[in-house]
Amino acid sequence: MTDATNPAGAAPAPKHPSSLLAADVRTKRRNAAEARFKAYGLAAVGIGLIFLVALLFAIIRNGTPAFTQTFLTIPVELPEAKLDKNGNRDPADLSKVTTFGYAPLIEVAVARALEENGIDSPFEKQKDLRNLVSASAPAQLRDYVLQHPDDIGKTIEFRMLASSRVDGYLKGRVTRDSLARDKNLDAEHLDLVDQLQAAGLIKKQFNWAFIFGADASESRPEQAGIGVAMIGSFFMMLVVLALSLPIGVAASIYLEEFAPKNRWTDLIEVNISNLAAVPSIVFGILGLAVFIQFMHFPQSAPLVGGLVLTLMTLPTIIISTRASLKAVPPSIRDAALGVGASKMQAVFHHVLPLAMPGILTGTIIGLAQALGETAPLLLIGMVGFIASNAPDGIASGFLAPNSAMPAQIYEWAKRADPAYYERAWGGIIILLLFLMTMNIIAIILRRRFERRW
Amino acid sequence: MSFMKLTASAVAIAAVSATAAAARDQVQVAGSSTVLPYASIVAEAFGENFDFPTPVVESGGSSAGLKRFCEGVGENTIDIANASRQIREKEIKACADNGVSDIIEVRIGYDGIVFASQLNGPEFTAFEPSDWFKALAAKVVVDGKVVDNPNMTWADVNPDLPAQEIITFIPGTKHGTREVFEEKVLKQGCEDTGAMQGFLDSGMDEDAAEHACMAVRTDGKSVDIDGDYTETLARIDSNANGVGVFGLAFYENNTDKLKVATMGGVAPSTETIASGEYPVSRPLFFYVKKAHIGVIPGLKEFAEFFVSDDMAGPDGPLSEYGLVSDPELAETQAVVADENTMGSSM
Repeated sequence: MTDATNPAGAAPAPKHPSSLLAADVRTKRRNAAEARFKAYGLAAVGIGLIFLVALLFAIIRNGTPAFTQTFLTIPVELPEAKLDKNGNRDPADLSKVTTFGYAPLIEVAVARALEENGIDSPFEKQKDLRNLVSASAPAQLRDYVLQHPDDIGKTIEFRMLASSRVDGYLKGRVTRDSLARDKNLDAEHLDLVDQLQAAGLIKKQFNWAFIFGADASESRPEQAGIGVAMIGSFFMMLVVLALSLPIGVAASIYLEEFAPKNRWTDLIEVNISNLAAVPSIVFGILGLAVFIQFMHFPQSAPLVGGLVLTLMTLPTIIISTRASLKAVPPSIRDAALGVGASKMQAVFHHVLPLAMPGILTGTIIGLAQALGETAPLLLIGMVGFIASNAPDGIASGFLAPNSAMPAQIYEWAKRADPAYYERAWGGIIILLLFLMTMNIIAIILRRRFERRW
Repeated sequence: MSFMKLTASAVAIAAVSATAAAARDQVQVAGSSTVLPYASIVAEAFGENFDFPTPVVESGGSSAGLKRFCEGVGENTIDIANASRQIREKEIKACADNGVSDIIEVRIGYDGIVFASQLNGPEFTAFEPSDWFKALAAKVVVDGKVVDNPNMTWADVNPDLPAQEIITFIPGTKHGTREVFEEKVLKQGCEDTGAMQGFLDSGMDEDAAEHACMAVRTDGKSVDIDGDYTETLARIDSNANGVGVFGLAFYENNTDKLKVATMGGVAPSTETIASGEYPVSRPLFFYVKKAHIGVIPGLKEFAEFFVSDDMAGPDGPLSEYGLVSDPELAETQAVVADENTMGSSM
C-alpha cells in the first residue's frame, strides 16, 4: 500500500520488511490524521448539539410558565343600585356603566371572600386589595352583565385572572425580597395569597387564553395571548401561498423549459439568485413605499404583510422549483415529445407531476421562513399594540390591522413588565411548534413521493 | 407569458380587495415608545367600554411618529401621533406642506427621567447635573482651556461618587428622551460648572457653546441605546458599573433589578415630579389630526377618553403605571372637547 505512493518504489530494498499486519510510521501518521479529522467533525457536531440543547432548554424552561396562569375564583355580587340605576335593564343604560364602575365590586368581593374564609386582611382600605386581581377583571364582569342583564342583583361566581405579580409569586418569579421596593404589591399581599391558596380560591391552571387570546396592554400582562397574532400570521401565509406558489412555479417552468438560453435569461437567473440573498428588511421598505404609500393599501394589514413576504419567498420557491424540474431526466421529456406530445403537454403531463414533491417541499420551507420573519413587518406597521381585535370575517382577516407571531414576540420582549418576558418565551415555543410541523410535513412529502433516477 | 399574466391578475385581485375595505373603522396611533404603554392602556380600556374597535397603537419614536403623522390627510395616514416632546416648527411646516394644517395638541401628563444602576452594584445613589456633564461631555474647560474630557472614573468627576469607571447608557438621538436629557441634565450641568462661560470665553459664539455643552463624548464611556429601555436594562444587567437612563414607569416596573439615584438631592417619584422638585421631567403629548375627526369613527371619543379623569387623573390607571398626572388636566380636556387647534389656542 505504502509502496504505491512512493515513486522510488521497490528499487531500494526496505531495511525492515514492511508487513500488512504491522503499520509502518507513515501509515500510522495517516491513520492518526484521519482519526483526528473524525474527532474534529464529531466535536463540531457535538458543539452544535450542545447549542441546540442549551437553546431548547432555555426556551422550554423560560417559556412553559406562560402556559399556566393564576386564577382567583370568588363570588361577586352584582348590585342593581350600581349597575342599573333605573332598574329597566335597558342595554343602553347598562353600557353607560364603565369598567371603572365595576372595579369597586371586585374589591368588595375580595374583601368578603377573605372574611368568609377567616383570613384577616392587614389592609385598612379595601382599595389595597385591588392589586391582587388583574385589571382585566372589571371588563370581564361588564361583558358578563351586558350579556346576562337578568343576573343583576345576584351573586355570581367568577373565575378571574390574578394580577401578574401574584402569578409571578406562584411561579417563583416574584419573591418577598423582590417586592421590597415595588409599589404595586407588598409582602403582606403575598401572605394573603398564601392563605387564599390554602383555602383553594387561588389556583394555577392551564391558560388557554395564552394560545387563543388577544394581546393586552402593558398594565395587564396576565391577560395577553398570541391567538390573534396567530390569525394574522395565518392570513399572511394564505396570501404568500396564493401568490408565490403560482407565480414562482410559472416563472420557473418558463425559465427552465421554454426560455431560450441567452444573455437576458442569464441576467434574470443571476438576479433571482441575488434576490434570494437580499436582507428581508429591504423588502419591508419596498412594501412601505409601494403597497402603502403608492398603492394606498391599509397599514398594519396582513394583506400587505403577505405581499411583502411573497416578494421574499418567491426567489426561494423559484430556485427550489427549478432544481426539482432539472432533476427530472431529459429522457422523460424526449419520450413524451417522441410520441407526439406538444412541449406544453410534455411539461404539464409528465415533468411537472414528477417534480411536484420537490416543489412542495421548497414551498413549505419558503413558507416556514416567511412565518418566522419579523424585520419587514416592522416597517409596515405590524409591531405595537395591534393584535387586540380578533378579525370578524375573511375580508377583515386580510385587511384589519393585525400583527404576526414573531412580531408579537418581539413586541412582548420590549415591554417593561418582567411578566411579558415569560410570555415572549412562551410565544417562541408556539412559533417553534408551527415551524417544526411545517418542516416535518416537508420531510414526509419528500420521503413519500420523491423519485430518484 | 404566464408569469406576466399571473402577476397582473394577482396585483389586480389585491387592488380590488383593498378598495373593497377602504373605510377604516379603527383609530390608528403611532409615535413615541415612552407614550406607547399609556396609549395601549387607554386603547384597551377604550375598546372595552365603547362600541368602537380597539385602536391600533404602534411605536417607533416621536420623530418617526410625527413624520408619518405629517404625511398627509386620508385613511392611509395615522390619526394620532404620540410624542415625548413638543412638535417642532419644522414639523409643523412639513405637516402644513402636506395639507395637515389643523393639529390639536394634547398634553397627557408628565414623565420623569431617572438614573438607575444595578441593585447590588456600586453606590450610585446621588447625582447632580454637573456630575453628568463632567462625566459625559466631549470637551470640558480645564484652567480656562477647552480640552478633551479627561475624566475616567466617577470619582474624578465628584469625590463623593464611587471610584468606578464611567459607563453610561443613554437614549439614542432618535428618542425624545435624549433631547430632555441634553436640555435638563447636560446643559444644566454645563452652566452649573461654569463650563458654559468657559466655552464662551474661549471664543465660541453662543450657539457653538450650547452645542459644546450638549455634545457627548465618543470614546466609549457613553453608549447610545437606540432600542427600548429593555435594551438598556439588559446592558446594566451585564455590567455592574453601568448607569442607565430610564423612564420612571419603566423603573417602577423593575424595582427588583434597579436602584435609582437622586438628582439634585431629590428622589424621583410621581409626587416630586408633579410638584416640579425633581428636575428632569418632561411633558408627554399626543397630536390629533383635526381633519380626521368625524371621518374616522371614535377618534374624538378616544382623545377625550385619554385625558378623562378616569384614565389620566391622579388615581387613574395611567398614573398607576407611572404617568405623572397633569394638574391642569381640566384645561386639556377643554382643548380636546372644543377641538382647539394649535394655531387658535396659542
